[in-house]
Amino acid sequence: MSTESMTLPMSDAAPRPLVERLHEWVTTVDHKRLGILYILYALVFLMVSGVEATIMRIQLIRPNNHFVSPQVFNRMFTMHGTTMIFFVAMTVLLGFANYLVPLMIGARDMAYPRLNAFSFWITAFAGLLLYFSFIGGDGLYGAGNAPDVGWFAYAPLTSLTFSRGHSTDFWIVSLLLSGFGSVGTAINIIATVLCMRCRGMTLGKMPLFAWLNLTMAGLLILAVSPLTAAQVMLLIDRYLGGHFFDTQAGGSAVIWMHFFWIFGHPEVYVLVIPAFAFASEIIPVFSRKAIFGYPVMVAATVCIGFISMSVWAHHMFTVGMGPAGNTFFVLSTMAIAVPTGIKIFNWLATIWGGEIHFETPMLFCLAFLFQFLIAGLTGVMLSVAPFDWQLSASYFVVAHFHYVIVGGILFTLFGAFYYWFPKMSGRMYNEKLGKVHFWLFLIGFHLTFDFMHIPGMLGMPRRIYTYEPGRGWDIWNLIVTVGVFFQAAGVLVFAGNLLWSCFRGRLAGNDPWNAWTLEWSTASPPPAYNFAVLPEVKSRRPLWDLKHPEDPDWHYE
Amino acid sequence: MLGFSEYVRLEADLPCIKPHTAKARKTMSNLPAPSRWIVALGVAALICASAPVGFGEPAVPALSPTNMFAPASSQAQSILEVSNFVLIITACIFAVVFSLLAYAVLKFRTRRASPGQEPAQVYGSSQLELAWTVVPVLIVGVLFLATARVIADMQQPPTTHDAIEVTVIGHQFWWEFRYPGRQVVTANELHIPVSDPAHPTPTFLTLLSVDTDHSFWVPRLGGKTDLIPNHPNSMSIDPHETGLFLGQCAQYCGTQHAKMLLRVYVQTRPEFDRWIEEQSRPAQVSGTVSEGQRIFERTACMNCHAVAGTPADGRFGPDLTHLMSRDTIASGAARNTSESLRAWIEDPGVLKPGSKMPAMGLSDSELNAVTRYLETLH
Repeated sequence: MSTESMTLPMSDAAPRPLVERLHEWVTTVDHKRLGILYILYALVFLMVSGVEATIMRIQLIRPNNHFVSPQVFNRMFTMHGTTMIFFVAMTVLLGFANYLVPLMIGARDMAYPRLNAFSFWITAFAGLLLYFSFIGGDGLYGAGNAPDVGWFAYAPLTSLTFSRGHSTDFWIVSLLLSGFGSVGTAINIIATVLCMRCRGMTLGKMPLFAWLNLTMAGLLILAVSPLTAAQVMLLIDRYLGGHFFDTQAGGSAVIWMHFFWIFGHPEVYVLVIPAFAFASEIIPVFSRKAIFGYPVMVAATVCIGFISMSVWAHHMFTVGMGPAGNTFFVLSTMAIAVPTGIKIFNWLATIWGGEIHFETPMLFCLAFLFQFLIAGLTGVMLSVAPFDWQLSASYFVVAHFHYVIVGGILFTLFGAFYYWFPKMSGRMYNEKLGKVHFWLFLIGFHLTFDFMHIPGMLGMPRRIYTYEPGRGWDIWNLIVTVGVFFQAAGVLVFAGNLLWSCFRGRLAGNDPWNAWTLEWSTASPPPAYNFAVLPEVKSRRPLWDLKHPEDPDWHYE
Repeated sequence: MLGFSEYVRLEADLPCIKPHTAKARKTMSNLPAPSRWIVALGVAALICASAPVGFGEPAVPALSPTNMFAPASSQAQSILEVSNFVLIITACIFAVVFSLLAYAVLKFRTRRASPGQEPAQVYGSSQLELAWTVVPVLIVGVLFLATARVIADMQQPPTTHDAIEVTVIGHQFWWEFRYPGRQVVTANELHIPVSDPAHPTPTFLTLLSVDTDHSFWVPRLGGKTDLIPNHPNSMSIDPHETGLFLGQCAQYCGTQHAKMLLRVYVQTRPEFDRWIEEQSRPAQVSGTVSEGQRIFERTACMNCHAVAGTPADGRFGPDLTHLMSRDTIASGAARNTSESLRAWIEDPGVLKPGSKMPAMGLSDSELNAVTRYLETLH
């Protein structure tokens, strides 16, 4: 996006051949370029995965539809889930962390730049490997093609007996590799935050963004390891005669569920904590107030991190764990609502008494607050095990987690795109198009995911490629599908806006938002070395101190 | 979110409405689309009616025959009660927090550009933060205790000796039901007796799977329980209404997960006893269909299907001894008529792509003969 200015001063930048410039991007170890690569890569997969979702929704628009075959539908939901979690959400959030954490803590790069490049490329190739299954996955009897075992791939559907060919192998190896990539980045983030902060920035003076990403990175290491172990065991089952999950030889399908969800649930928090981080940066700036209750926000985040390691089996209330197990996971799951509630109230208190500016980033964050409230409350409903016996694996659950992931994470992510786009590209986006994107996406989101709760309560299970008329699901599915087209239109406006603004937007300057964290003190886009002189800070909002020398923050912290 | 909160509030406040009759349903489907919408919304508001309609027809409560808000068993009833309690509490929390947020957004929007003028900076307040920690802790405590009590009540083995025992076995993509001690094996359509509260005769299901994971879910009769290979599960159903209850597999189990449908017939005790009596007899094969029977036993049919009283004793597919006593074939994917039976035998992949039953490549006359034979299995 900003090749020249990062490497050489603009004045003596003779236009270099395209190959040379691309080569620089491929061999780069600069955290900003890697961050942008992560983000662009995730955007491509967002489009791909969105197309998969659209195919599913067209198939379900009316009962007994024949738009795609059951085999294709099953591949679509498997690929949609896997792609969105591992190659869109994870990568884009790691991309933002990569780009922003060193800038926010006043460092010149991540702690391990070369590990950083390795992590990105291994994740990138893992994603390509997953999609290579569409052409390379054909196995015996043509049973291959893309994986169709669902994104949590319950045993024994993944055993050689039920999944012939190599489609499941592509899934396993691709997640294994992307796991290495994300653990590498997580280690890098932890080392960077702990060791590379600028002078004066104690842990208690870091921006919340850094704190939240630190928590996320710790959680990521703990969560991905069991998944990696499970994938290795599954490979051993499939090719070396192991029987970990092979129920026909005495293995246990339930053990796979435990392995998967002890990854899967912390993973939700790995994704949502960076979303909290975006909200915690954007909401104060557009309310023109300091974040309310910084120490409590940090404590609540770390608390969420710990509790989230103990809630996984709430995905398994229907597998017959017995009353003691069920009761424990009811309690731990409900407990996590408390720190999450604290965060919502603290954001609310941040807005309270402020001067709210409704630029696009803030619009997305405000929508996030409302939507995350609902997502949290449906989460409380699902934590009530008996209620969950009805709702689990139904469209209610699908609506609930899309409320979290789209209504919570994707909304703040769009906010983050608009907020940091001027920093990354040096140019402002088009505010009008940004608002068009917001409203289209908001309408589409609510049409799709509000109405998706209802068929779930009316008995519609997830992952069915078709349904009979007369079950009372028709009208709701129609509305849900209509919403998808609004969302798609919104995303197209978004992509167009960013592309256009990248080249034609007006210059942003260092600090277009009158914000307070260190990334806004350097040029837009920042030079390769980030800061000519490493900054020194005295409070959590160093730029506030500079702008208000008469009333600096360190008097109060 | 609109529809949902509306749903919650009305569900909590309103009494049950009278059951719909078949006639009322018919009138509704004749309405033009927009009015149907309005009626649907109205019905959504009055969401707890249910009643048995004619036998063989699903009992249709408001909105859907699989509406979890129309319980027909004591398990589904207990779930609904705790669910309503949670819905009311979450609706209250939603109302309070939503109003606060909406108020803040409207009240504190910027009215004038005030460059350089920043609002008063507030860094936190221990009292406030303590308050919004303690109150949620108390709410969670109440919710947890309410939930724990229901779990403890519901996850007990049955105490009565009058329980009907049924073994449910999940197969890729159909259900097998066995009645231990009663010599009855059937498929996809479960028959159980209604339970009188004064003298309960609940049904105790043992849930097994021979291949992948499945889940037994009939929303009006209770929550779902998974069928997992190597991991026997159990659940009880204590139905207090007769009629047909629909459900389906709720855990993704492979290509045809969508058409692994379930039908549960809750019958009066005498009807149930008669049904058991009929089902436990071997097949009465008449000589007029010996050609069809010969094809059935010479081609691969009998490798997978059993017909009691004949040499056919395959176990991979549904037991066909009393095929004609069932309303549907192919696990609920089609009505059990001559035409659909013949089409199914000709090529199961047309009706249910991915089904494990192969097309045997029978000629037209062979198809007719096998169909005629199967139609004698009452």
